[in-house]
Amino acid sequence: MIVETGHFALVLALALALAQAILPFVGARLRDVSLMRVARPVAVAQFLLVAFAYGALTYAHVVSDFSLVNVIENSHSLKPMIYKVSGVWGNHEGSMLLWVLVLVACGAAIALLSRSMPDLLRADTLAVQGLMGAAFLAFILLTSNPFARVADPPWQGRDLNPILQDPGLAIHPPLLYLGYVGFSIVFSFAAAALIGGRIDAAWARFVRPWALAAWIFLTLGIAMGSYWAYYTLGWGGFWFWDPVENASLMPWLAGTALLHCAAVMEKREALKVWTIFLSILAFSLSLLGTFLVRSGVLTSVHAFASDPERGVFILAILIFFIGGALALFAFRASALPTGGLFAPISREGALVVNNLLLTTACATVVIGTLYPLALEALTGDKISVGAPFFNTVLIPIALPLILLMPIGQMLAWKRGDLKAALQRLRAAFAAGVVALAAFGALYGAPVLSIVSAGLAVYLVIGAFTDIAQRATLGNALARLRGLPLSAWGTAVAHAGMGLTLLGLAATGWGVEQIVAMKPGVAYEVGPYQIAIEDIASRAGPNYAETYAVMALRKGAETIAHIEPAKRFYQARRMARTEAGIVTLGFGQVYAALGEQHEDGTLDARLYYKPLVLLIWLGAVVMALGGGLSLADRRLRIGVASRARAAVQAQAAE
Amino acid sequence: MTRKGKRLALIGGALAVLAAAVGLVLFALRDNIVFFFSPAELAQKHVSPGTRLRIGGLVKEGTVARGEDRNVAFTVTDKTADLRVIYKGLLPDLFREGQGVVVDGTLAADGAFRADSVLAKHDERYMPREVADALKKQGVWQGAAGEAKK
Repeated sequence: MIVETGHFALVLALALALAQAILPFVGARLRDVSLMRVARPVAVAQFLLVAFAYGALTYAHVVSDFSLVNVIENSHSLKPMIYKVSGVWGNHEGSMLLWVLVLVACGAAIALLSRSMPDLLRADTLAVQGLMGAAFLAFILLTSNPFARVADPPWQGRDLNPILQDPGLAIHPPLLYLGYVGFSIVFSFAAAALIGGRIDAAWARFVRPWALAAWIFLTLGIAMGSYWAYYTLGWGGFWFWDPVENASLMPWLAGTALLHCAAVMEKREALKVWTIFLSILAFSLSLLGTFLVRSGVLTSVHAFASDPERGVFILAILIFFIGGALALFAFRASALPTGGLFAPISREGALVVNNLLLTTACATVVIGTLYPLALEALTGDKISVGAPFFNTVLIPIALPLILLMPIGQMLAWKRGDLKAALQRLRAAFAAGVVALAAFGALYGAPVLSIVSAGLAVYLVIGAFTDIAQRATLGNALARLRGLPLSAWGTAVAHAGMGLTLLGLAATGWGVEQIVAMKPGVAYEVGPYQIAIEDIASRAGPNYAETYAVMALRKGAETIAHIEPAKRFYQARRMARTEAGIVTLGFGQVYAALGEQHEDGTLDARLYYKPLVLLIWLGAVVMALGGGLSLADRRLRIGVASRARAAVQAQAAE
Repeated sequence: MTRKGKRLALIGGALAVLAAAVGLVLFALRDNIVFFFSPAELAQKHVSPGTRLRIGGLVKEGTVARGEDRNVAFTVTDKTADLRVIYKGLLPDLFREGQGVVVDGTLAADGAFRADSVLAKHDERYMPREVADALKKQGVWQGAAGEAKK
């Protein structure tokens, strides 16, 4: 019964989404305020309905209702509760429902947090958001119904793919979707600005907090996904340049560019058309990612099953929204008031360079991801474009960008002084060179790692140089307090990038070896030794595992014990490797089991990964920087309109 | 600088970066692409030894031979042609005889394939799409669990 109600709620939500797409839009054209204001309650009601449907599906999974196809195929009565709840999005239908849930939550958030926004902008924004909701709800109801029943329910389900049975499943997809789909708000704002033909600094002030929030979630979601892949796949890699990963990186690069150029628009009323374009681009790339992952054109752990009908449907949605937005852009952008030009050596000039490099990087990732698909469609040749391509292309773009990051921070708005900026960064340059020499003396090779590590240290110090120099000017406390939070946010986020870079650089200094381990014998891994103390078996809730107890030693001292395991999941008859990981400072020692031989030896992969945690901690620090900026009073959601109202009130007096 | 000059400088700078990026992409695409073949396609293509390739097919039943020091040899087949693969390292969890596999590596002069990575599929029910396509091309596709014969 609850399940049918959930299905019904989805149908109702579709009807409301259509209402939300049409009524406010018509109202906006007729300048009918009451019609425009319909959008808000409808958006909230639509969210509540989808949330109810989502709850109904979760309920079916929790009680293991095997009369639902979705539950049969992805659940098992013995599956731990955390995976029953998070397993709801561990399959095609459920993950699309989560996608739509986030989409309509974004709509409800605009409706609730935009009290002071102009009616016209809000009506058009929510209309676009409603149209997207309608398209994706129709997609779910017509091709991916999670509530489909079977006539003859089996007594047991087929269980969730073991690779997904991990706490990462509870965190990674929701975070990623909040980021991915969060950019839909920015997209809708941009479309509304084009429809209404009005765009000003206030628009940028409305948009920036949403873009920032989406970016924070996307950053965390990507980092979480990367860490999950690292510890669960058992070969210690954290980024594979898989098209599915690129699908999340593309909107991240576009979103990062957007954050920076929205700052220019807000401060200087320049780059308006470009900001609109990036707003459209960021979510278009999210849609492209959804298409790649959910249409079945790729084989991946993320692509649950392929069904050509779904692919065509998503492709149609993709073409409609991206094509529609770009057509709107082409027709209306020239009508938008253009902003002023500015000096090349200035904060805004530096941000233009940032945008140029970030969008170029983004474009190369798009090419590398789509080229194999296009080639296969056109010629039938199958190729793979992997790490060698992306490293060759992205490193020459990323390194100059990183070199310029602190310099851009030092330049003043309107007219910067490059020489003074470079002089103020002397300490950061010196620190970078010292780090470069130190890492060079310590490790000797590879050159790329050493250069990157030097750059990373320069970036971290350079990020805080401005703040530090203000603090040393006397009356430090007052000066620091006077500094806007967004300045701290920039510094922290840039420093986070530096930490990630340092972690990436350190991958060049890791040790990786595959050994056939004899129990009791110690094997070297970097500065440590690992020995097997025991090999045993035990049963988990829905799996059986063989595990090795390994002791990690440094000389005579035993530092830790790890239990890497091989799990076998009966329901799907699949094995999975569970790595044993010891965290030592920011580095890790990582052991993954291979096969056990007749003579009692056990194959294992042993890794020593110095500073590896910085890769993900850096991303967390970046997100923290974003959070600081978001907390800045001037940026808070709704402030823009209050400021404008104040200006209007003054004008009226 | 005049307004026009500034605009020209901006456009010129953007074009320079784009040109550099296009150059990089073309260079990288020429050198870093790996073609995917089934054993039958490989037999027709006359690939020179040393070229990096990806080969997909099924692990032929009864051909997996484990040697000393984690050396493994097995035959990848698409039921039309066979290819002997030599690999040193750990095999993935889902590697099994009769199952789909994708190997990365180079063709040696003796006609065997030296793999430096072996990928098995993520899930028992699904085959890597490349392998499924390669098998379909050879007409030996038997259809996956959910797929009706067409």
